[in-house]
Amino acid sequence: MTQQQPVSITLQNSQDGAAIADAIMADNPGAQRRSMHAMTKIDCPGRLEIRANSVSERLGRDWDPQEIHMSVISLSGTVDEDDDYFAVYWRQ
Amino acid sequence: MTARKLNLKQKYGHFTRGLDWEPSYQNKDDIFPFAKYEGIKVHDWDAWEDPFKLTMDAYWKFQAEKERKLYAVIDSMAQNNGQLGITDARYLNAVKLFIQAVTPLEYQAHRHFAHLARHLPGAGLRVAAQMQSIDELRHCQTQIHTISHYNKFFDGMHDFTHMHDRLWYLSVPKSFFDDASTAGPFEFLTSISFAFEYVLTNLLFVPFMSGAAYNGDMATVTFGFSAQSDESRHMTLGLEAVRFLLEQDEANVPIVQGWIDKWFWRGYRLLTLVGMMMDYMLPKKVMSWAEAWETYYEQAGGALFADLARYGIREPKYAEIAKKEKGHISHQAWTIFYNYTHAAAVHTWDVDDQHLAWLREKYPETFEQFYEQRYLKWRDQANQGKRFYNNGLPQLCQVCQVPMAFTEVDDPTTISFRVSEFGGDKYHTCSDGCKDIFDHEPEKFSQAWLPVHQIFQGNCGGATVPEVLDWYHINKGADNMDYAGSPEEAQWEKWMEGRRPAPPFAAAAE
Amino acid sequence: MNIDIQAEAITPRRQTFSHIARRFGVDKPASRYEEATFDVQPVTNFHYRPTWDPERELFDPRRTAVEMADWYSFRDPRQFYYATYNINRAAMQQSFDDAVSFVDKRDLIGNVDADWLKVFAGYLLPMRHVEWAANMNCQLIADWGYGTQITSAASFCGTDRLGIAQIISRIGLVVGAGTDEALVAAKAEWMEAPEWQPMRRLAEDLLVVRDWFEVFVAQLVVLDGYVYPLVTQAFDRAGAAHNGAPLSMMTGFLADWYADNSRWTDAVIKTAAAESGGNRKVLKDWFDGWTRRAEEAVRPIADGVLGDRGLLAVAEAAADLRKRMIGLGALGEKELAA
Repeated sequence: MTQQQPVSITLQNSQDGAAIADAIMADNPGAQRRSMHAMTKIDCPGRLEIRANSVSERLGRDWDPQEIHMSVISLSGTVDEDDDYFAVYWRQ
Repeated sequence: MTARKLNLKQKYGHFTRGLDWEPSYQNKDDIFPFAKYEGIKVHDWDAWEDPFKLTMDAYWKFQAEKERKLYAVIDSMAQNNGQLGITDARYLNAVKLFIQAVTPLEYQAHRHFAHLARHLPGAGLRVAAQMQSIDELRHCQTQIHTISHYNKFFDGMHDFTHMHDRLWYLSVPKSFFDDASTAGPFEFLTSISFAFEYVLTNLLFVPFMSGAAYNGDMATVTFGFSAQSDESRHMTLGLEAVRFLLEQDEANVPIVQGWIDKWFWRGYRLLTLVGMMMDYMLPKKVMSWAEAWETYYEQAGGALFADLARYGIREPKYAEIAKKEKGHISHQAWTIFYNYTHAAAVHTWDVDDQHLAWLREKYPETFEQFYEQRYLKWRDQANQGKRFYNNGLPQLCQVCQVPMAFTEVDDPTTISFRVSEFGGDKYHTCSDGCKDIFDHEPEKFSQAWLPVHQIFQGNCGGATVPEVLDWYHINKGADNMDYAGSPEEAQWEKWMEGRRPAPPFAAAAE
Repeated sequence: MNIDIQAEAITPRRQTFSHIARRFGVDKPASRYEEATFDVQPVTNFHYRPTWDPERELFDPRRTAVEMADWYSFRDPRQFYYATYNINRAAMQQSFDDAVSFVDKRDLIGNVDADWLKVFAGYLLPMRHVEWAANMNCQLIADWGYGTQITSAASFCGTDRLGIAQIISRIGLVVGAGTDEALVAAKAEWMEAPEWQPMRRLAEDLLVVRDWFEVFVAQLVVLDGYVYPLVTQAFDRAGAAHNGAPLSMMTGFLADWYADNSRWTDAVIKTAAAESGGNRKVLKDWFDGWTRRAEEAVRPIADGVLGDRGLLAVAEAAADLRKRMIGLGALGEKELAA
């Protein structure tokens, strides 16, 4: 049922947003990206994870998962965050 | 002894619920006097999981950054007369509707989330509520600041708080939010956080913000993008809060279901104004109301309610009606406004051929058959110098307060009209949805300040339309009446001389 | 001849919103603060009575004994609206973050006398719970207060208190070498230690006061008026003799914040007092009643920190606060300087 529902996140097409989107695509098999005007939407079955070190690498600076607030437009799913990641998933 | 460094989750616990304590000198029920009267049972507030672990240091930092960027755009737009870049001055009527109808609701949300931030017994929820409270203040104040520039040039925006408290169509949003704020904290959470900010939010946000993007209103679009990350926090709060209530006790399920039914319907009726805006006021259109409803409710809502089924929650009652009506309500609303634009602080105008073609294409089953003819007839009258204005006053629905122009779902030639009796009086509603709401709380809904009743009772400045318009603070001949011949139209055409050719649908008289 | 159309044709038809022009008496440009606060709150034609307070309207000036002809006399001297508030606090927060980083990286806590560190943790960390209650009180003012000016400022004050509670908590983590031991211990003190019970009782008693202006006076004027000067001045200075400088660095935010917030609270009190004899009476009664409670609450803590100088420190804080209130016209007749 809900396990098959994709989670999703929509990000601004800013510098940071683009790096986050790239990190998500690299780290989440099954993720699918859709580019729209001024934003990028990524769907992923079950759980989508944004890893801080993955984004930091792409940005060339330390990126704190809490910075997601600067780039997120919308998300669908339950939020889970800790020091080194920000994730969206569906609860069973 | 090993030093156990804390991770974000553990720290966050100390930074929020860890600050709270079980009182012993005062009764908890006295500290939180509104937590039980709705019948909602919460056994364990600690079971609330904070979806976003946002502490104030991060909040200040990120919000400050967002504000710097947003105000740079607002300043730039003002400095460079950004209003010259919009598609056509008719677009501004969407902005007028926004500041008159929506901005005051942001303010109400700000105040009432403060109410929740004080009166909900759960510390984690209080923290989320207070962040939402100042987020909503943010939205209110940034909207005022953005629209301040438009107010200098265009009409209808100049006295928005005065008008919100008085005008006939503005009692639709005002009564909506008054209803939520006068309810208890858990109903408010369900009505606003869940039904409005989660289920229906895209139906308010996307039309206005995308409408702005499509029509060259860079400042409003920038506001929209900037507010979006606040909105994702709000949405998440709504969904998680409803799940929390449903998980706490089975007895909560029917109460929450009742609220979902009520607030889906009230929210849907409120969105009538948005449907009209999308289909009629945007020179360059984003999508039709019907398309928006299909995308943002029928598809998205289906998945949501499939998920909530595990708790025993079903889709809102009358969702099927909304689906069936989607080919009608925007036209019915434009009809109302066309009729009464002499008493409104927005313009309306005759629909040109290009627009008619769009409407026929988007509404193949309803537009040509039920609505096109009246627009053609009105256009003819206007071309003969007899533009139609309705000199009567419309009956309003006792609950949603929209004028009673909605039709029966299975018969679009018959006005939908319901009656209830309470305290020896008759009360009229526009639909089964609104009648149900009235019948469930007749004592509450009989209190409503209906603008048309109030005019007839002599409480609105006098017995004539001009007196009422003065009481409304409508600048006659500027805020009201048809766009054609308005000071705004003259101003716009003067500005556009030498900048670009007149838009294809400028004049009604061809 | 080329005339720039912008210079020629783009003349505003009005300078500001009508409700603001009415207040000015003339249509002239308004500041962002003015546009964001004047008359934004609804005032009339409410549709339903609150089910949680059926004797009053949604927004109702009668939820306090203070009376004002115009609730928009409470102009915030800082002129905070959302953007300027957040930008201001983000900058203050950055100073704190830098201070903690400095202290933490160099392990400067290790330089502080161990005994003093215990005293410091003992007086500061439980205050995060006082701040939590202060936050709730601010939300009450934001909820039931009247007029956008005073309620929006109260909202900002509320998130300030949450921010300060979190700052104190972070200091607690530093003191606990990254663990929550100090925070846990502080909570136990808050709940059980005899010297903290008058303060906790006061905090809980304040949470059942229903007049929001009384809450304003009791919390933002009186209780803060004792706690902040004591913590940021008398107690802090006592730490100097014990290598307490790193601790002072970290608590700088509290002193800066109190000075900033006092600009607002003082302006509110001055305006409310100037309005009428009735207001002055009410303010004085509240002030007198709650200062007694506040003194009872801080005395045992001050004694614990300053020993036999605690009594004097509290008396000095009391005198300063009283003098300040007299200067604002809040305690009945202004006492003439000797």
